[in-house]
Amino acid sequence: MKSETYYILLAEDDEDDRLFFKEAISELKINSVLTIVNDGVQLMNYLNQKDVELPHLLFLDINMPRKNGMKALQEIRSSERLKDLSVAMYSTSSAQKDIEDALANGANIYINKPSDFDHLKKIITKAVSVNWQYHTSGLNKENFILNIE
Amino acid sequence: MKLNVKHDINIACKAILKEQLENFNIPYQSISMGEIELPTELSPDKFSELSNGLKKYGIEIIDSQKNALIQKTKDVITEMIYREENLPSVKISAYISEKVNYSYGYLAALFSEITYTSIENYIIIQKIERAKQLMLQEDLNLTEIAYRLSYSSVAHLSTQFKKTTGLTPSAFQSIIKKRKANKFS
Repeated sequence: MKSETYYILLAEDDEDDRLFFKEAISELKINSVLTIVNDGVQLMNYLNQKDVELPHLLFLDINMPRKNGMKALQEIRSSERLKDLSVAMYSTSSAQKDIEDALANGANIYINKPSDFDHLKKIITKAVSVNWQYHTSGLNKENFILNIE
Repeated sequence: MKLNVKHDINIACKAILKEQLENFNIPYQSISMGEIELPTELSPDKFSELSNGLKKYGIEIIDSQKNALIQKTKDVITEMIYREENLPSVKISAYISEKVNYSYGYLAALFSEITYTSIENYIIIQKIERAKQLMLQEDLNLTEIAYRLSYSSVAHLSTQFKKTTGLTPSAFQSIIKKRKANKFS
């Protein structure tokens, strides 16, 4: 609900893309807190801290150095504590195979990363809003699969 | 070994509420969809006892009136979509307004303000969730699902499924199958 804070975590290695996301999220009409990590290793260290507030939604870049998004996703889904986390994976690929691979490996949302800012805002709004419905309306998370173009 | 179970949320929820109320010695008059009637006011201590007792089942006591209205609207929508018969033939907006007993315009504005989505969108999300469930758990085909959820045609259902999930129904099913094989469900 409106008074509740929406925690968003972003794992992205590219400085420009981080700014791009940050700006898009700050323009959404939600009361949100955004945390940013720079790669998969940092991401897992962050999530594995004992007292950390787990995010409502993780935006996870597939292509990152040190530990890529797919590997991080695997670790998240096989951890008892993290396995129910909502994960939105994104990459510049729109190949059907890449989409299905990410979703079959446990991503809830697949985003084909756009290069234009307004489009990115629209996509983030959709991801955040649909995820919120799963979070607040008792929808079955096992069937939570969304592909946003 | 693997057992497949089916459940009725309403019955399960009622049983839990009954059990918890009795557990905390709270007298009640009735339990109905989303509402419990008590003969007396609850003391703050009892209120928090009950509220904590219900939390572990994912049940929350709603304390603000606006949130209660939103919840009631959501319940009417879910009840409408999850019952066995077809959807009502009257306009859905009129149906919701009558059941919740507020003007649709007011409910629609409140809903968008609080839930980050419109009522129309919420209904579509719920219908597509129901379609997923009928597809996976009851093994219905698209023609049967379209009929059950009052879509004018299979094509209309397919289009709305694709628009809502970004996937065709068959791609969705294939991903769920792979997930199961990967043990991620």
